[in-house]
Amino acid sequence: MTTEVDAAVARAFTAEWGQVVATLIRLTGDWDLAEECAQDAFTLALRRWPGDGIPNRPGAWLTTVARNRATDRLRREAVGAAKLREAGLLEVAAMSPEPEPGHDGGVPDDRLRLMFTCCHPALALESQVALTLRTLAGLTTAEIARAFLVGEQTMSKRLTRAKQKIRHAGIPYRVPPAHLLPERMPAVLAVLYLLFNEGYSATAGAGLLRRDLGAEAIRLARVLVRLMPGEPEGAGLLALMLLHDARRDARLDDAGDMVTLEDQDRGRWDSAKIAEGVGLLDGALRRGRPGPYQVQAAIAACHATATDAARTDWAQIAALYGTLTRLVPSPVVELNRAVAVGMARGPPAGLALVEALEASGTLPGYHLLPATRADLLRRLGRTAEAAAAYREALDLASVPGAATDTERRHLSRRLAETTAAS
Amino acid sequence: MKYMLLICGDESAAAHADEGCGGWSEEMLRRGVLQGGAGLRPPADATTVRVRDDKVVLSDGPFAETKEQIGGFCLIECADLDEAIEVAAKHPAAAYGTIEIRPIWPA
Repeated sequence: MTTEVDAAVARAFTAEWGQVVATLIRLTGDWDLAEECAQDAFTLALRRWPGDGIPNRPGAWLTTVARNRATDRLRREAVGAAKLREAGLLEVAAMSPEPEPGHDGGVPDDRLRLMFTCCHPALALESQVALTLRTLAGLTTAEIARAFLVGEQTMSKRLTRAKQKIRHAGIPYRVPPAHLLPERMPAVLAVLYLLFNEGYSATAGAGLLRRDLGAEAIRLARVLVRLMPGEPEGAGLLALMLLHDARRDARLDDAGDMVTLEDQDRGRWDSAKIAEGVGLLDGALRRGRPGPYQVQAAIAACHATATDAARTDWAQIAALYGTLTRLVPSPVVELNRAVAVGMARGPPAGLALVEALEASGTLPGYHLLPATRADLLRRLGRTAEAAAAYREALDLASVPGAATDTERRHLSRRLAETTAAS
Repeated sequence: MKYMLLICGDESAAAHADEGCGGWSEEMLRRGVLQGGAGLRPPADATTVRVRDDKVVLSDGPFAETKEQIGGFCLIECADLDEAIEVAAKHPAAAYGTIEIRPIWPA
């Protein structure tokens, strides 16, 4: 029973944490109080659920407990009339949990409100991401610190400063009005994509897949797309995430090891998600306002719709990476282009691009750079050089936080294969 | 919430000193946003005061010799930072200088 309850609380945590915190922030206006009361609610769940049973709607149960806890704490801490009024207001709010309709006429999603506030451009980007991961996804300060390769204390200060600025500078807790949405969207999209990637490749954790985090990013992206049907980049991002997500089950073998795209069992790809992603992308592209997410989704669609690896349209993918490099110049994109060119025109062409990147020195310490060179050398039959490059990649991947265990195991396996062959 | 808009610009901003605010003040007064403010004479006319060891120490010029200097200020009352941003962005000086929005300590 206990393990069952533990699992239920863990599930509720990933699924409901953001909603509980977001609702509590709306009700109390106090971010720290909201987080603490949400934490209390989950602790109480661990104690109560074994005896009382798991509630039918864990989210509602948790929100109610957190709200009651907040009311208690505000009342206990009430030293003046103002605080008492606050506690009074809270009780009123508790009776009507949805106080105002959204400007789109629908019910505003507290998580969406929280998302736009966390991603307010008056906050530094690093603070936006950290706040979103803490308040919406429920990652601990230590986990976020590890993901960004900074000390826990530094991350803790960053979060505190960001919450302080929201309060002191009067950053509103709302989904921006329609005329502000276009300029506020890019930050939200960037943070959502980062959140999805955290779920997809899990910088911090031992496992490669953190399904619920990815699912959360997709859920929030769906709300965004529903709210802003005229914003093609939102649909592009959702399509991109769905197309990646469709390949989830095929990315690991039974032993939990990473399977490269080439070797994945395409029968295990989720065809419904692929169809949805491709449909969304087509709709977005028809608006004639391409952007980086739509281009990345188009690349993902090329992979997802190829019936087998040999039929992948690498020339098209290489061209799309070229477009992407023009839209958002970045050495990581250039590295991906090198892979695509290596597939489209042969390993020597790809290797030339990788070597140019290495010479430019723009990706120091990035393990995927020597890993990509190693793959190209292996395909050219230059196994001794490939083994040396895999060794280099593995060394870089062994730096704490640089890569996941699954990635390291994959590199070790390749290293063993090439060492044996040379 | 109350905010102070600090209107900053480099030397070239002085050329705009006589231009007025192109209806900005009128609109903000009508909206009940603008509570006070003024333009400042150039930093060359500034005197800086410090008290050190009970002695008043004066120096000629602004407190920091930076490229951008404060050329004016406005005290505004807004619903939130988004409104303050909208108000600041409408100020003509935003087009050639920089406007810093500083929330004011509650009294």
